[in-house]
Amino acid sequence: MSQDPHHPPPDPGTVRLTLSVNGAEHELRLDSRVTLLDALRDELGLYGTKKGCDQGACGACTVLVDDRRVLSCLTLAAQCEGRQVSTIEGLSADGRLHPLQEAFLRHDGFQCGYCTPGQIMSAVALLREGRTGTDDEIREFMSGNICRCGAYPNIVAAIREVAGEGAR
Amino acid sequence: MTVRAFEYVRADDVGAAVAMVSADPAAQYLAGGTTQVDLMLKDGILEPERVVDITRLPLRGITADDRTLRVGALTTMEELAADPTVAGRLPFVRAALLAGASTQLRNMATIGGNLLQRTRCRYFRDPTVPDCNKRTPSTGCAAITGAGARMHAILGAGETCIALHASDLCVPLVALDTVVRVRGIEGERRIPLTEFYVLPGDRPDIETVLRHGDLVTGIEIPLPPAATRSGYLKVRDRASYEFALVSVAAALTVQGGTVTEARLGLGGVGTIPWRARAAEQILTGAPATVQTYRAAAEAELRDPFTVPGTAFKPELARRTIVRALAELGGGEA
Ligand SMILES: Cc1cc2nc3c(=O)[nH]c(=O)nc-3n(C[C@H](O)[C@H](O)[C@H](O)COP(=O)(O)OP(=O)(O)OC[C@H]3O[C@@H](n4cnc5c(N)ncnc54)[C@H](O)[C@@H]3O)c2cc1C
Ligand code: SF4
Ligand code: FES
Ligand code: FES
Repeated sequence: MSQDPHHPPPDPGTVRLTLSVNGAEHELRLDSRVTLLDALRDELGLYGTKKGCDQGACGACTVLVDDRRVLSCLTLAAQCEGRQVSTIEGLSADGRLHPLQEAFLRHDGFQCGYCTPGQIMSAVALLREGRTGTDDEIREFMSGNICRCGAYPNIVAAIREVAGEGAR
Repeated sequence: MTVRAFEYVRADDVGAAVAMVSADPAAQYLAGGTTQVDLMLKDGILEPERVVDITRLPLRGITADDRTLRVGALTTMEELAADPTVAGRLPFVRAALLAGASTQLRNMATIGGNLLQRTRCRYFRDPTVPDCNKRTPSTGCAAITGAGARMHAILGAGETCIALHASDLCVPLVALDTVVRVRGIEGERRIPLTEFYVLPGDRPDIETVLRHGDLVTGIEIPLPPAATRSGYLKVRDRASYEFALVSVAAALTVQGGTVTEARLGLGGVGTIPWRARAAEQILTGAPATVQTYRAAAEAELRDPFTVPGTAFKPELARRTIVRALAELGGGEA
């Protein structure tokens, strides 16, 4: 079972792991209680992923693990060994924003911006899942991302635009 | 951190995982973590010394033959909802899955974990509340004496505990006579879902027939006959991403205006996923009319246990049952 026998952890309350985030590998030794969200922010300095409720209710901490959207606040960092984690920081390539980031800017898809990284990561997955057929479908499958500022109509508009002709 | 430290162990063998947890009262399984991490790290209600991560065990995947759908315990809710047999033969299972939680949570949450999710009772989840018979036996029940009950049970409930089993998925599953496959230190056994859960009685802390260390390895869902029509109706405070106030999973076969087979499960009302057998008895062999549906709803809700916060639920449940049945079986409202 479990731990690599060649590297027994010095203390049973800690884990050693390789965390792969946005294509870069990080060797970490963490307290077993550390969530993926806290590892990203406190260990790796990736502050784009936000802590809202820290309890599975708001979606601000949404990241992709092996291309599926999950809540990093309810995921232990230790569970992510060998998985590919993608965060908002990895979205733009060569200094160019992702189309969804541009669409959020164009449509004013935020006010305070606190929920925005989670909204955008969720929308990246939504596009891949093919759940952008109608505005109702977008709303239903984005319902795990709460926006306290109520930017919902503009968020839907931004996603609809990137999804292309299909949406109505 | 105020939460107790634990050892994290990643299991790669089913037998070894079962042996390890069975031998250690302070060890607990971790699947998708949407209940377990929440209660360990956020609420501090669960205090394992060892957490055994089972997500890498080979218990993932779905197979089907003509009669049965077999689902590995570590299959996620999203994976089960996307399965073509579920979409074609079990549309109300798919509907119940997609009506639950959010896509992010459904990508994490496993089927085994969904069966074993803990109650959302806010007093149970608040360690500063001393009186909770489920958390600490014989301390009382803050939900009954307090003013905050709403998302609580009215069936199978009593003076000791009114905590709801909040799963959506389990509502059609219990109606379909799903079987749970369990691996214990003495080997494999199969337990009908209708006998898997235990009513609170005088021991609300005991929720299922499982022994410590028993691992749910999968479920077997009998596929209903092709002529069966099924639906899942969930009534809640907001349109999405919310638990049910009342939900109904119904599967009806109607021939020549008569109900020949009825399966009915209720969510949002039971301390366990509720099989509505009294209603099924009234429905079977009766004309498919709203009068029949009303009688069925009446029979099931004959003796609810309510507190002021849940007093609205029996009538909401009756109406939801009638609407769900009328949508499937017709019969003029
Ligand atoms: C914000 C929020 C909203 C939600 N909304 C809904 C909803 O609308 N409808 C709904 O149905 N559910 C809802 N849920 C509940 C969610 O579906 C469950 O938390 C989830 O299914 C649990 O699965 P998991 O894999 O995450 O289990 P875990 O959290 O990992 O485990 C749950 C429990 O089961 C035990 N366990 C897990 N797998 C096994 C196994 N194979 N054998 C033995 N023991 C096991 C664990 O030790 C733990 O005690 C919601 C949850 C959250 C956080
Ligand atoms: S309803 Fe049950 S879980 Fe909730 S406070 Fe009462 S005893 Fe505890
Ligand atoms: S911070 Fe994770 S869901 Fe709110
Ligand atoms: S923009 Fe402020 S919470 Fe969404």
